[in-house]
Amino acid sequence: MKYIIAVIQPDRLEEVMQRLEEKEIHLVTVTSVMGRGRQRGVATVYRSHKEAGTLLKKMKLEIAVNDAYVKPTLDAIIEGGRTGQVGDGKIFVLNLDEVIRIRTGETGGLAIG
Amino acid sequence: MQRWAKVVLVMLALLATAADVSAQQVVTNAAPAALTAKDVSSGDTAWVSISAGLVLLMTIPGLAFFYGGLVRRKNVLSVLMQCFMMMCLISLQWVLFGYSLAFGPDIKGVIGDLSWAGLQNVSADVPSTYAPTIPHQLFMIFQMMFAVITPALIVGAFAERMKFAAFIIFSLLWATFVYAPVCHWVWGKGGFLAKLGALDFAGGTVVHINAGIASLAAALVIGKRLGYPERMSPPHNLPFATLGAGLLWFGWFGFNAGSALAAGGLSTSAFIATHLAAAAGGLTWAVMDLVANKRATVLGIISGGVAGLATITQAAGFVTPMSAIAIGVIAGIVPWFFVSLIKPRLGYDDALDAFGIHGVGGILGALLTGVFASKAVNAAGADGLIYGNFDLFKAQCITVVVTVAYAFVVSFILLRLVDALVGLRSDAQAERIGLDLTDHRETGYTVLD
Repeated sequence: MKYIIAVIQPDRLEEVMQRLEEKEIHLVTVTSVMGRGRQRGVATVYRSHKEAGTLLKKMKLEIAVNDAYVKPTLDAIIEGGRTGQVGDGKIFVLNLDEVIRIRTGETGGLAIG
Repeated sequence: MQRWAKVVLVMLALLATAADVSAQQVVTNAAPAALTAKDVSSGDTAWVSISAGLVLLMTIPGLAFFYGGLVRRKNVLSVLMQCFMMMCLISLQWVLFGYSLAFGPDIKGVIGDLSWAGLQNVSADVPSTYAPTIPHQLFMIFQMMFAVITPALIVGAFAERMKFAAFIIFSLLWATFVYAPVCHWVWGKGGFLAKLGALDFAGGTVVHINAGIASLAAALVIGKRLGYPERMSPPHNLPFATLGAGLLWFGWFGFNAGSALAAGGLSTSAFIATHLAAAAGGLTWAVMDLVANKRATVLGIISGGVAGLATITQAAGFVTPMSAIAIGVIAGIVPWFFVSLIKPRLGYDDALDAFGIHGVGGILGALLTGVFASKAVNAAGADGLIYGNFDLFKAQCITVVVTVAYAFVVSFILLRLVDALVGLRSDAQAERIGLDLTDHRETGYTVLD
């Protein structure tokens, strides 16, 4: 099992969600986050005082999947999230030790889907 | 003030003619008792009643949201609270003794006596000589709203770091020892600045210079916020600030056009001048931002609008529409330089630019009234420099110097006094956490639900 964390551009969220849906990956947790990568922040100006390197708004997706679904998930995020511009974001793939469904107590692969 | 005096004199003169007495004699024996409830005009009373409400709206929610949006999230309630408390506190102070000190029977041109304290001798039916066509109590409550917003403007200087208890004590002392006397000098019957011939239509001196200079004193005495200027977060809610600025603009029609104290030509000309100066100020500030920083900013255009309003306050009712535009343009340029370039170099932390916009705008307005005022617009006024008269400009300069000196020195002393009594400044831990939680045990925004 893998735990996939993706940080993407906010305006690509709809597109990524649709691609995930098409590949029958329905489980996802989304948070609105602030971040900064190689794109750096956009400097803002208040009363002519420049605030350099401000953080940018990003969307963070967290998806737990069985090994068979890792490739489709990554494909969906890349297809939906890519604009070709700096700042498209990153995907992190982590090993996942255990999953427990709170309602039934099922664990592992059974609980994940 | 001089304008009102003349309105009164003209009215008394008319009465005198009817009574077949020479106007000259009546002027020397001018007695307020000449006015009766029959002199009340329903039109004027309606307009000034609405204007008093409009000026209330400038403090809460106008100024409250303008300032509230500009501070950090953790201090939004503390600023809203200070503005709301000011409305409660000074409204009562004004009725109990503030109004009497400011407008009551004159003592040597310096202050009013206490014979109008608690609204004794202030009639709800009969007009006063200050405004001969509206009930005296209406004039009183219209003026009350000015007394409330003036100390509320100073909140912008010490925002985010003043103890709530210190804020209350300082505001009460300042309203009593700075606002009331300066108000008396400029607007009170017998006030010495009014006698000089200085013009202040709606409070450029009394409100904006006065509060602006007190703001400078407050910023200097209380010191910089922790982390200023390197580690300051940007305004937490510019939409709030924009909402507040819009409400200020709206309320300012009551402030300036209401200061005609009657409904008619004068209130109309003040209304037009007010609007044009705000428009020119906002537009000019946006252009300044565009030229200097390549982007027109929201904070910039709303600051420019407010600067235009603060600057026209003194001149509204004395200037032509074209002069009002010129004043607005200048108000978009000089305060811009002040808050963008000069303030950062001087290093004091006037958190929300109460001095940079109201103080600088007020001083500018006083001087520009001396330049642009026209008797063709308001016969009770005077001609300014561009009409070849130097006397008015001189009187305006003296007014500025006297007000700046008095407001700075007394505000400075009061701040030191309150500091010695209870301590002005929140402790560093409270300032880091934010005054909403530490002073009021509330938060403006929740993270969950």
